[in-house]
Amino acid sequence: MNAATAASRLVIEGLNKNYKINGGEITALQGIDLAIREGEFVSIVGSSGCGKSTLLRIIAGLENGYSGDVRIGGRRISGPGLDRGMVFQEHRLIPWLTVEKNVAFGLNGLENDKRDTVVREHLDLVGLAGFSKALPHQLSGGMSQRVAIARALVNNPQLLLLDEPFGALDALTKIQLQQEILRIWEMERTTMVLVTHDIDEAIYLGDRVVVMSNRPGTIKKIVPVHLQRPRDRSSYDFVQIRKEIFAEFFAEAEKPFAYAI
Amino acid sequence: MASELTNPQLQKLNHLAQYTGLSLAIIAVWQVLSHLGYLNPVLLPPPSRIAQTFWELFKSGDLPRHIGISIIRVLEGFTIAAVLGLGLGIVIGLSRTMDRLTGLIIQVVKPIPPIAWIPLAILWFGIGEKSKVYIIFLGAFFPIIINTIDGIRQTDHKFVEVARLLAVPRFKFVFQVVLPGALPAIMTGVRVGLMVAWICVVAAELIAASSGIGYLIMDARELSQSDVVLVGMITIGVIGKVMDGLIKLLEKRIITWKIAFSGN
Ligand SMILES: Nc1ncnc2c1ncn2[C@@H]1O[C@H](COP(=O)(O)OP(=O)(O)OP(=O)(O)O)[C@@H](O)[C@H]1O
Ligand SMILES: [Mg+2]
Repeated sequence: MNAATAASRLVIEGLNKNYKINGGEITALQGIDLAIREGEFVSIVGSSGCGKSTLLRIIAGLENGYSGDVRIGGRRISGPGLDRGMVFQEHRLIPWLTVEKNVAFGLNGLENDKRDTVVREHLDLVGLAGFSKALPHQLSGGMSQRVAIARALVNNPQLLLLDEPFGALDALTKIQLQQEILRIWEMERTTMVLVTHDIDEAIYLGDRVVVMSNRPGTIKKIVPVHLQRPRDRSSYDFVQIRKEIFAEFFAEAEKPFAYAI
Repeated sequence: MASELTNPQLQKLNHLAQYTGLSLAIIAVWQVLSHLGYLNPVLLPPPSRIAQTFWELFKSGDLPRHIGISIIRVLEGFTIAAVLGLGLGIVIGLSRTMDRLTGLIIQVVKPIPPIAWIPLAILWFGIGEKSKVYIIFLGAFFPIIINTIDGIRQTDHKFVEVARLLAVPRFKFVFQVVLPGALPAIMTGVRVGLMVAWICVVAAELIAASSGIGYLIMDARELSQSDVVLVGMITIGVIGKVMDGLIKLLEKRIITWKIAFSGN
């Protein structure tokens, strides 16, 4: 591999995914085409059930049995790999392991002192240096999600998949963690794919916002966000982009009437 | 009303009263009815009589001896059951193939009550210690192995996904996720197993023994000493409760991460 650029480029072409439910089949994703540059921050928004998690799980390698092409650096994804990390909506920390053991859970094949160093670095990165001995139930929701982010980053993945990671947090904690994920992104230059139902969050973080539509899940529109960071959520341009994305959702909500006529 | 009980010490006392109240009331009513002559003392001796008999049996050393013998038998059978039940349970829980190989026989043998094994146990092992330990083993073995398998099977699929994403080696996953996660179920199995073991020792001693709490009851029945029978019965109950409490205490020590719902 001569270029890291090629190695971490994510290309999705003609992706379809069906699920079998009670003998019938439902189409979760249909004809998804998306290419993500190395180091890019892509947000995905869409209404509930439109297949956002399914898309991330396919990229992560947790779902098999899709048709179409999903490739990273030219290699078709056929299972999970350390080149990709994932953070779920629920933190999924292991309740009986301390914070440091949870972070070290993904670190294998390192000598003890090297491992401790890596764990300490990543706890520093998410600002939880003082909590290494705490158990998950002693942490707040925001702190738990920070640990989950540290755990996902511990093998230095080229691609980090975030599935509504801040969905369950209060507004202030959410904004704080958004800024933190930006800081991490700028430091580590990891490619980020963030699923969210919060349009502001999508615009605040993403280089591009992918808008998905429901049943079947397709990509409706991709909105580029050419705004300097840090972004001002009340600036004119920000609000214009928000309007544009909102319009997509309303257009979808009105579709049934169009059919009824 | 509630405001009078804000003092934590008073509240503790109140809870203690709730905890013991019903038992004390039953004993009191029983004593009064006996005193008034409503209860035939041969069929159901009064609590005061039972207490007196208890004290005599205790002082003479008979009761402690019988208790000791029964407890040793339970510990022997239970220990074998715990070692085998945990070991086999872990192996079967972790392997679908082992589960298919052993599933049928476990499902069929499990519902056979240990007491039904007594005739065979006596034929195989004689009327000595071995047959009793075997009966106790059977009683404790199934709750432990079944709960161990179940606990392992209930490993949260979400953690399986996290482990796959992070390429966690299997042995690390088993020791850091599967077994600790199964621990609450395993502890329940151990608790139920010990309880069944204790029930079984008494049953085994009722049939063929010359010592132990079960023997004490059987012997007293032949001599129509209903007070001794009741002392034996109550002793069984109290020791069972103490054993259960000890295991629960152990459980609390081991499982510190679990914040269980404890009622309101
Ligand atoms: N394991 C599965 N088996 C069957 N159907 C599934 C499965 N997982 C998802 N689906 C279906 O696929 C569709 C998309 O689900 P997905 O979880 O990807 O939606 P989502 O966009 O993430 O929704 P939300 O915003 O609510 O998380 C849904 O209709 C869902 O019912
Ligand atoms: Mg989802």
